Amino acid sequence: MTMTKGARKNFGWILIAGFLATVMGSAYAQDGGEMRRVSDIFQPLSRQSEMILEPTMLVLLTSLGVFLVVTFMLVYVVWKFRRRGPEDDVVEPPQIYGSNNIELAWTVIPCLIVFVLVLVTARSIVEIQNAEMPPDALEIRLVGHQWWWEVHYPQLGIVTANEIHVPVSTRTGERRPTRIYLESADVIHSFWVPQLAGKTDLIPNRTNRTWIEPFETGTFFGNCAEYCGTQHANMLIRVIVQEPEDFQRWVENQQQPPPVPQSALALQGRADFESITCINCHAIDGTTAVGVFGPDLSKLMTRQTIAAGVAPLTPETLRAWLVDPQVMKPGANMPDMKLTDQQLDSIVAYLETLK
Amino acid sequence: MSQDIIIEDNYRLPPPEKVGREPGSFTSVIQGLVFTVDHKKLGLMYIASGLLFFVIAGSLATLMRIQLMVPDNTFLPPDVYNRAFTMHGTTMVFLVGMPIIFGFANYLVPLMIGARDMAFPRMYAFGFWVFFFSGLLLYFSYLGAPGIYGAGSAPDVGWFAYSPLTSKAFSRGHSTDYWTMSLLLGGIGSVSTSINILVTIFCCRCKGMTLGKMPLFVWLNLVMVFLVILALPCLSACQIMLSLDRYLGGTFFDTQAGGSAVLWQHFFWIFGHPEVYVLIMPAFAIASEVIPVFSRKPIFGYPVMVAASISIAFLSLGVWAHHMLTIGMSALGNTFFVISTLLVAIPTGIKIFNWLGTMYGGKLRMELPMLFCIMFLFQFLVAGLTGVMLAIAPFNWQLSDSYFVVAHFHYILIGGLLFTIFAGIYYWYPKAFGRMLDKRLGMAHLVFFTIGFHVTFLPQHFLGFLGMPRRIYTYQADRGWDLWNFVSTVGVVFQAIGILFLVANLIYSYVRGKKAGNDPWDAWTLEWATTSPPQDYNFAELPEVKSRRPLWDAKHPNDPDWKHE
Repeated sequence: MTMTKGARKNFGWILIAGFLATVMGSAYAQDGGEMRRVSDIFQPLSRQSEMILEPTMLVLLTSLGVFLVVTFMLVYVVWKFRRRGPEDDVVEPPQIYGSNNIELAWTVIPCLIVFVLVLVTARSIVEIQNAEMPPDALEIRLVGHQWWWEVHYPQLGIVTANEIHVPVSTRTGERRPTRIYLESADVIHSFWVPQLAGKTDLIPNRTNRTWIEPFETGTFFGNCAEYCGTQHANMLIRVIVQEPEDFQRWVENQQQPPPVPQSALALQGRADFESITCINCHAIDGTTAVGVFGPDLSKLMTRQTIAAGVAPLTPETLRAWLVDPQVMKPGANMPDMKLTDQQLDSIVAYLETLK
Repeated sequence: MSQDIIIEDNYRLPPPEKVGREPGSFTSVIQGLVFTVDHKKLGLMYIASGLLFFVIAGSLATLMRIQLMVPDNTFLPPDVYNRAFTMHGTTMVFLVGMPIIFGFANYLVPLMIGARDMAFPRMYAFGFWVFFFSGLLLYFSYLGAPGIYGAGSAPDVGWFAYSPLTSKAFSRGHSTDYWTMSLLLGGIGSVSTSINILVTIFCCRCKGMTLGKMPLFVWLNLVMVFLVILALPCLSACQIMLSLDRYLGGTFFDTQAGGSAVLWQHFFWIFGHPEVYVLIMPAFAIASEVIPVFSRKPIFGYPVMVAASISIAFLSLGVWAHHMLTIGMSALGNTFFVISTLLVAIPTGIKIFNWLGTMYGGKLRMELPMLFCIMFLFQFLVAGLTGVMLAIAPFNWQLSDSYFVVAHFHYILIGGLLFTIFAGIYYWYPKAFGRMLDKRLGMAHLVFFTIGFHVTFLPQHFLGFLGMPRRIYTYQADRGWDLWNFVSTVGVVFQAIGILFLVANLIYSYVRGKKAGNDPWDAWTLEWATTSPPQDYNFAELPEVKSRRPLWDAKHPNDPDWKHE
């Protein structure tokens, strides 16, 4: 951890990161207030991403140095020894076949650079991969599906999808890291929220681990980063980082079953939902729907988006999705249910009560 | 394809009285192509079919760039896009890169070592045709059942086809089987051609040419074919295992039956990483011929160059899991592959310095082959440095499978390999066809293609920094990716114009080009000692060499190389 503080004080670090961020369009970063849509790896906002940035800046600066030196040599040689006119064709230049001393010199220098990089990287790998979590750290079990994320909080008894809620930590004070266990129900996926954590794959028959410890509140954007089939592009994930008390409120709400619908239309919607094949894939607390192939809908309306980030979740998008999921997300595993207009009205009214 | 070569060949093989066709007629030309066992003609056929597939795969890439030009685009549906990037990657590696480098090796190695032909001419024809039909098979997937009425059943699993995406449950129909069978066939062609080159180099060198006196081009191709022979059977093995999984109840990679998804990755990359060096060795080979000739100096540190190439090849067999740093290996495993990967940087750096050392103190003739090689040096430097960045495991956890990786390997394969292939085309076209390529068209090609290349691929580094994963067919407007994706697509236009200039040049110069003579570049290796184009038998009298630069010795009898080596 001392390295973290040291690096933050490093003026060059700030300068270069700031420059790269500016060059690459951090102008977007402030758009939407707390919506941190631009996932710039040079603007880390968690302990892990900051730890990653240390060897990153070292190798970037080293590479920049090598690049400048070698490019200068190349330009110099090309300019200095270019053919200046026909007179240069008369006599061949002196024929030099090599020099052991020179070869030795330009072997030793790369060796030294590699040696330093190896040491720094090895330490960084161990620090990040084997980072110790407090014994009471929050745990999440994240299961990848074609093309959505199933989120479990085993300690809290919560099941949700596509959005992870975690409490915020402070750099120096109280640590509230979250340990994430990564699994897959079908093919390989990869969890990547650049400002919070580097990638770790979700591999079937295997449990991988990563951890996040964010320093700022807000909604962080990420993608599935391993090609996983037709809708790989629309397998988006959001991490919503909250103040501890807000997070607690969210937990308490999620632990309640959804309220019983009040309006006749919504009650009709629940009856419709339970009478057709929705329940084969989806689960809703307190109903006969216990399917596990699709996202748990018990608290559907507490989420920001629909269909793993394809669109913001509103009654309109919900209805559009139910009319034909294949229009919004072609190739998704939810088929066109051929619902009648009455069924659409009632089911949307019912789903809107799930909060 | 040169017509007079074809006609000559027609007289040679099979005997004309059995053919009964007019020389020069369409059927006799086709017959000449199909029956030929001449290493030069087959070499050109390898290169020509490689360029044909290059245009096809380049068009697929153009479609993908149009789709990504603006956010939320609906130009291509997701399954079409996914097929396009799978076909693009597979084609560029197996049907463009491999055949073109084999074409150069096969055309030039016998000439450079003073041989009359390959060791096994008919095996060479076999290798070519197996490769060619493997390419046709791959593209037949767009038509093959149920392709036509299913709007194409081309593979859509990505060029490294991670299991279990390829298992029956997730890849229905036969698209994956086209991919598997095509690569299996292509692998047979590549290995047989490689064995042929290997035996030719070891057994067919002319008098006086010890291993230490071979041109570096021959040395680097020797290293290349060794890597092919070691690595490609791993790919073939895992294709067979995958087919067993899909059709005979095997469960190697089928996770739903307890198989291992990670096993495929290990097998694939044990092939896949050496494959990268298979593709870059010929780039080194061409640069190591062109740079000395146009600097008017011998290569600096020949023995070191050979040693560096061999150590790169050796190290490349032990770095495969740096493609897998995100699968959750132990810290020790990750560290091992970081170290082995960074070690590759040392001999690679030595090579760059040796090329610079060759140019230092020379009189650089800025002809097109040299200009392409200078651009190669610059771009390969960038690609090497981004490779070092990717080797730093924590950085890799951010960059792996992002657009940064896409940018990195396009800098290797276009900025490195393709630029030297262009250099090789400008350098040896006069030898193969007896005419020089046009300089003005060539300059236009160089300028447009270089600009287009950098405009397309430089911004993709930034997209990776901004968190854009590869292989996504669309993205939303507010992620900060709009600008660089737009710029990247604009670059494609320049690249396409550059390629048009090249094609125009190849055709125009074939008809109108200046006569080249035997030795237009005042070069030093044996291929320039014979006619342009060379006769079927290459050399009327087999040469004898005393040094690495036999033509230098002939041109400078007072100061021959063999006094200094």
